[in-house]
Amino acid sequence: MRLERRASVPLALAATAPFAAILAALALAAGLILAAGVNPLTAYVEMLKGALGSRLAITEMLTRAVPLMLTGLAAAVAFRARLWNIGGEGQFYLGALAVAWVGHEMLSGLPGPVGMAVLMVVGMAAGALLLAGPAFLRLRFGVDEVVTTLLLNFVVILFVGLMIEGPLRDPLAFGWPQSVPVDGDFRLPDLVPRTRLHVGLLIALAVAGVVWLILARTVFGTEARAAGFNARAAAFAGVSLPKTIMGVALLSGGLAGLAGAIEVMGVTGTVTTTMSPGFGYAGIVVAMLAALHPAGVVAAAIFVATVFVGADAMSRATGVPSFIADVIVALALLTMLVALLFTSYRIRR
Amino acid sequence: MTEALELLTSASLWAAVLRIATPLIFGVLGALLCERAGVLNLGIEGIMTMGAMVGWLAVFLGADLWTGLLIAAMAGALMGLLHATLTVPLGLSQHVSGLGITLFASALSYYLYRLIVEVGQTPPTIEPFRPLDLGPLTDIPFFGPVLFGQAAPTYLALLAVAILAYVLARTPLGLAIRMTGENPHAVEAQGLNPIRIRIFAVMAGSALMALGGAFLTTAAFNSFFPEMVQGRGWICIALVVFASWRPGKALLGALLFAFFDAYQLRLQTVVDGVPYQLFLMAPYLLSILALVLVARRAEVPEALMAPYRRGER
Repeated sequence: MRLERRASVPLALAATAPFAAILAALALAAGLILAAGVNPLTAYVEMLKGALGSRLAITEMLTRAVPLMLTGLAAAVAFRARLWNIGGEGQFYLGALAVAWVGHEMLSGLPGPVGMAVLMVVGMAAGALLLAGPAFLRLRFGVDEVVTTLLLNFVVILFVGLMIEGPLRDPLAFGWPQSVPVDGDFRLPDLVPRTRLHVGLLIALAVAGVVWLILARTVFGTEARAAGFNARAAAFAGVSLPKTIMGVALLSGGLAGLAGAIEVMGVTGTVTTTMSPGFGYAGIVVAMLAALHPAGVVAAAIFVATVFVGADAMSRATGVPSFIADVIVALALLTMLVALLFTSYRIRR
Repeated sequence: MTEALELLTSASLWAAVLRIATPLIFGVLGALLCERAGVLNLGIEGIMTMGAMVGWLAVFLGADLWTGLLIAAMAGALMGLLHATLTVPLGLSQHVSGLGITLFASALSYYLYRLIVEVGQTPPTIEPFRPLDLGPLTDIPFFGPVLFGQAAPTYLALLAVAILAYVLARTPLGLAIRMTGENPHAVEAQGLNPIRIRIFAVMAGSALMALGGAFLTTAAFNSFFPEMVQGRGWICIALVVFASWRPGKALLGALLFAFFDAYQLRLQTVVDGVPYQLFLMAPYLLSILALVLVARRAEVPEALMAPYRRGER
C-alpha cells in the first residue's frame, strides 16, 4: 500500500473534506461523552439547541464567531506563506490593549465612526508590530518563528496584566483588574437590538472578502503563495522573500490585532487577562478547517463558535464537562489534517 | 543591591534551581530525542499537561508515586504514537500535527480531570515525593540540601541525561536514530527501517516529556490545575536549539534557565517598585534571546521536518 499524489484535486473531494473531518471528530468525541454516562446524540442535540435553537442563541454564537473569523484569517494568511504565526493570542491581546489605551479619553471630540476607524487601525498596528519582531528575527538571524511567537504570547499576557494593574487600571473597578474603558462613542453599535451581536460581524465578513481579494487578485497575494509553495523557486522567479514574508507578517499580525480591537469595541469595553478563551489558538483550527481559504474561514469560524457556545448550554443540561468543546475542536484539526491528505493523495495497492 | 547578591549564596536558591530544572530536563531530552530522529514535536506542551494530569490522577486513585510516573510516561508515549502516525508514515505537517496534539492532549486532560475528580473550592491534593534525606550527606552545609536533598525524580532526570547522551553517541541504536535525522535514505540503505526508528524515537521522547509534566504534580506541587505547564514545553523546544541538539548542553541550558527563574522569584521579594510581571516575563524573553544568539550556528539535523517516503527524494 502506498500514497500517490493526485495530479489535480477534485473540487467535490476538497469541499467534502471538512465535513468528513468534522463528522469524524464528533464520532471520536462521542466516546468521551459516553464515558460521562450521557447519550452522545442527546448531547449533540443539546449543543445544536444551545447554539442555534433561538434568536438569542444564534446571536451569541455569531458574536463568538467574529473574533474567530479574524484570528482564523490571520492564521490562514500566514500559513499560506509558511510563516508559522502561532502568536495570534498575543496579537489579539496587544490589539485589544492598544485600543483601550487610545480609545479612553484620547480621541474625545472625534465623530464616532472616525474614532472607530482610528481605533481599528491602532489595534491592527499593535498586532502587526508584534509579529514583525519574530518575522525580523527569522529573516535576519534565522530564528524559528514558531517558538518566538509562542513565547511572546506569555510575555504579552503578562504585559497586559502589568498595564491593567498599573497605568491603564480602571479606578472605578474596585480593585478588579481591568483596563480603563473605551469611550462610549467608539463602541461598535449593536447589529441586533438587545443582544450582544454588534456590527463587528459585518466588518469581519468584509475583511474576509478583502483578504480573499488580496490573496487571489494581487501580485502580493501570488508572491505570498509562491513563497509558501516553494521558497527557492519563488526567489528564482524574482520574488523578494524578505519583503514578502514581512508583508505577510504585518497582514497576519494586523488581522489578529483587529480581532482584539473589535472584541473590545464590540463586546467587553475593557481589557482583562481572561477576555480571550483561546481565540488565537482556535484561529489556527479555523484556518486549517478552511483549508486556508478566506471564504472557508467564515464557515469554519461559525462551526467552531457553534461548538463552544453549544457546549456551554449542553454542559448545563447534561453535566458533561464543557471542555468537550476543546476536545472536539482539537480533534477536528487532527482529522482535517488527515482528510487533506486524502484530497491530495490517493491510496494505491 | 547587596541583598540581591546575598541571595546567590543561599542554599535554598540552588536547591530550587535543580527542582525547577527537573521538568525542563525531561522535556528538553524528549524534544531532543524526537528531533534527532527528524521529527519536530510541538505536541510537547500538551503532552506535559497530560503527563501532569495522568500522573497525578493515578496517585490520587491509589497508585504509588512511581507507578504514577510510569502511567504518565505511557500516556505520553500514546500521544507520541498519535503524532508519529500522522507525521511519519502519513508525512503530514509536523507543525500542524504537533499543535493539534497540544490542543488535543490539553483538552482531553482537562475533560477527564473534570469528569473523574470532584473539584470543590480548592483542587484535591496527593502526598507528593518528599525531598530525600540521606542523613549525614544531606546535613553537609550548602551542598547537602542542594545535591542530596532533592525529590527522587530529579535524580532520575539527571540519570536520563547520561543515558541519552551515551545511547545517542555510543550505541548502534543511537547511531541509527541520529542517521534517521540526518539522512533517512542512508538508513534504508543499511537495511534499517527509518519509519520504525522515527516512531520509536517520538514515542520514547514523548514519554520523557510526560515525565516532566508528571514531576509538576507529583513533586513540585501536589495538585493538578489547568494551564499549570505555563509554556514550559515551548521553552524546552527553544532549549533544544540552544543546546545544539546535545543532551549535555541541554542539561546546561535547563539549569541556566532554571537559575534565572529561581533567581527572579527571589529577586521579587528584595527589589521594590518593579512590577512582578516584569520578573515573570524575563524567562520567556531570555529564551528568545538565547535563540537569537545561537540560531546562526545551530547544527540542525539535516532531515528535521522532512517527511520520509520510500523511493521519493
